[in-house]
Amino acid sequence: MKFSKKITLTFFIILFLVLASPIILNITSKSSVFSLQPLSIVLAEEVKQDAAAAPAEETAVKEDKAKPAYPPAPKLKESDYPKVKGFNGRIVIWLAAQLHLWFAAFVLAVPIFVLIIEGIGVATKDERYDKMAYEFIKISLTAYSITAVFGGLLAFSLIVFYPDFLKYMANIFGSTMLAYAFLFFAESASLYIYYYGWNWLKHGFKKWVHLTIGLILNAVGTTLMFLANAWVTFMMSPGGVDAAGVFQGNDWAVIHNFLWNPINLHRFVANVAYGGSVVGAYAAYRFLSAQTRDEKAHYDWMGYTANFIAIAALLPLPFAGYWLTAEIYAYSQQMGITLMGGVFAWLFIIQAVLIGALFLSANYYLWCGMGRSEGAVRYNKYIKYIAFVIIACFLVWFTPHTLVMTQAELKALGGPYHKYLGPLGIMPAKNTAVNIMILFTFLSFLLYRRANKVATVSWAKYGNIAQTAIFAGAIINIVFLGVYYGYFTNTVLKVGSSVPQVASTLSVIIFCIIIDVLMFKGAKDVAPLKWGNVPDRSQYALFLLAVSFTWLMGLMGYIRSGIRQHWHVYAIMRDNSADAFTPTIGYSAQIVSIGVIIFMAIVIFIFWLNQISSKKA
Amino acid sequence: MRTFLKVVGFSFCVILFYALYASYGIPQVKPEAPPVEEKLNLGSMTMDQFIALGDKIFNGKGTCTLCHNPVGGRAPILDSVASMAMEHLKDPRYKGKAKTSEEYIKESMVIPSAFVVAGFGVKGTNDTESPMPNVTTGAIGLNEAEVDAVIAYLQKKAGQEVTVKIPTGAPAGKDEKAAETAPASPAKKPEELVAKLGCGVCHKIAGQPGVLGPDLTKIGAARKEDYIRRAVLDPDADIAKQCPTGPCLPGVMPKDYKDKMTAGEFEMLVKFMANSK
Repeated sequence: MKFSKKITLTFFIILFLVLASPIILNITSKSSVFSLQPLSIVLAEEVKQDAAAAPAEETAVKEDKAKPAYPPAPKLKESDYPKVKGFNGRIVIWLAAQLHLWFAAFVLAVPIFVLIIEGIGVATKDERYDKMAYEFIKISLTAYSITAVFGGLLAFSLIVFYPDFLKYMANIFGSTMLAYAFLFFAESASLYIYYYGWNWLKHGFKKWVHLTIGLILNAVGTTLMFLANAWVTFMMSPGGVDAAGVFQGNDWAVIHNFLWNPINLHRFVANVAYGGSVVGAYAAYRFLSAQTRDEKAHYDWMGYTANFIAIAALLPLPFAGYWLTAEIYAYSQQMGITLMGGVFAWLFIIQAVLIGALFLSANYYLWCGMGRSEGAVRYNKYIKYIAFVIIACFLVWFTPHTLVMTQAELKALGGPYHKYLGPLGIMPAKNTAVNIMILFTFLSFLLYRRANKVATVSWAKYGNIAQTAIFAGAIINIVFLGVYYGYFTNTVLKVGSSVPQVASTLSVIIFCIIIDVLMFKGAKDVAPLKWGNVPDRSQYALFLLAVSFTWLMGLMGYIRSGIRQHWHVYAIMRDNSADAFTPTIGYSAQIVSIGVIIFMAIVIFIFWLNQISSKKA
Repeated sequence: MRTFLKVVGFSFCVILFYALYASYGIPQVKPEAPPVEEKLNLGSMTMDQFIALGDKIFNGKGTCTLCHNPVGGRAPILDSVASMAMEHLKDPRYKGKAKTSEEYIKESMVIPSAFVVAGFGVKGTNDTESPMPNVTTGAIGLNEAEVDAVIAYLQKKAGQEVTVKIPTGAPAGKDEKAAETAPASPAKKPEELVAKLGCGVCHKIAGQPGVLGPDLTKIGAARKEDYIRRAVLDPDADIAKQCPTGPCLPGVMPKDYKDKMTAGEFEMLVKFMANSK
């Protein structure tokens, strides 16, 4: 085997390990979604094993007198929370944490797909990929320092407003907090070498060194995120402490708490989708400001690639979210019902609007992109039907189950549920709608993909028939499962439709892509693609995608944190501050909106900085 | 610069749309305030007051109605649990140690898997494991007296004889400590007081969505302060004709609200209701 081949192989093995790390970690987790046993049985077995192991562990703790004794979670009074005139501690922490998360998600995600794009550039020997990857990482570099600024602001805010809580967390997570700081140095070093060494390490063997540095950068960044996730998930599902909150001395137990892996997976996928949407907005900004055709063509291509990344990661995101929610229910039914059936339930109607906006803007962008190809005329007639199905699915997802009404309305309607629309409010109906919405978005992508091509293989007709059959079969299966489980089984089994529905959707995506790739191998182009030949309004669809994604992340971040209600650490350490109450939806929306305005203002400023930095005198 | 301004304007409009939609397009349900740890004066409590305490815990701190409600179907309705208890004790699937209805209800709250009503077990366990937590631990954390109060309430609700005795001692040490450390300051706003007293469990008031008792969102337009004062202190003195679910009944509203508020809080509540027009 040649040396370069060995390096290539090593590179892809490490890349696979980094990208699959949430899944690999999950296989060893307590409640593996990949386990063949039902989740409850897995959990019951784990509880039994833990119980059986407990006496031995207790003895070991008693014998090991050298181990430090940890304090229980403090019981705080309102007066234990410092007050700073003119500032509300919770709002300061809320905004600092959310802004840090938005920027962190962006700067962690961009190097992941930059490395992949750079790898594609090496494999295809196409300089354009290398140039685009460099431009992507350049944007994230500016955002990197802002991430650190907001991280510092968050740490200082915690010291000022919640010192006892931070002290308790530091007692438990002291070692991981130090590891986090060291890893931050490692990430900074690898990012700077990766960026500043781009041109120096551009050719031959040096390129492989550069790719390896990119891989290290991603491995360190992902580990950093997993560590921070451990702190956050410990607050929701504490592990490794007793009922009084006394740390038992096992670092891995507190890190590997019940919700750690579901959050790891969800954040990893969401970050990639989010990063794609933000760089898409950058490309849109540059497209709109472009002065030449070449510039327009370049940024159109860049915007298309970013949108592709965002949508590719967005499609599996609902499934990761669904697993996270199922695990929240498994950890605490009380917390689960607070999330989906309590006051937070209405926030999911806002979530439906936001995700509807994401899907519609992504599809609209693809449909506008048909203008780049002369061959797309063949498929234009189907777009109105796809739009109709996506909007219909969005409306089902958007329909609430219970309606808040006046007494007169309640009496007129005969109850809190609408006779016809009420049944659409339950989860099986929503699961059906979202799966079909994903399938039709995928169909938009397939049509776009083949718009400028004519298949030359002899079996093209059968390939099309097979794809149509797969789509039709999956839709029938998804609708049947939704109707059967939703309306002909009891509540406990209602969510049983979700896994086979997801399996149907993923099967369509996998099999249709395989058939498509084989069918269009060596296909003829109808005409050269006209990059840059898209209307300006398509670029605003990319902005809508980025803004909606940011707002959505802010909303979901609030929900994830809010379901702890009046607990700093759920059921262990109570929040007795004056702000321990759950705010109304409008209040939360206003705080989220303020955060999004600050974030977008900084991001657009970064775009402008990048634009002026590339201008020649 | 023109593109910069257009993009900023567009982004701002999108954010504004989402903010307005969330603020005005979605019902602004006001969540309940965090439960306040109360020091129970059990020595001077009558059985009616003890049952009313159980009612309050069942619908509030205990979070029982999150699952035991007719809407979600996640847990059995407990209206007749006290009368069904003896049947459950004879069921071959029963694996607890209770002998009486009272013991059965207590066991169900502390060791929920001792008996799981068919169809309500954790999925895949064939109804051998309950998803319900032990109510004396974790986020719920009821003390012994509170558990007894809920049992008394459930027995009364099922029309059974209340066999529970009001505990004479103070609650268990852990909870006593919590009561000492928890904030016990008077409510500063009417909404806070309404949430603390649990008025919204039955009444629609101050953003709370109760549908059992009369709607109080416009009570000030129909009643004066004296009437409101009397209605809070002596609920059976005047019974409203129509509640949302049927005719209003005497004896439903607890009579001990005077013991749960300071004079200042009481006046604040009366003024708030009188101004609700």
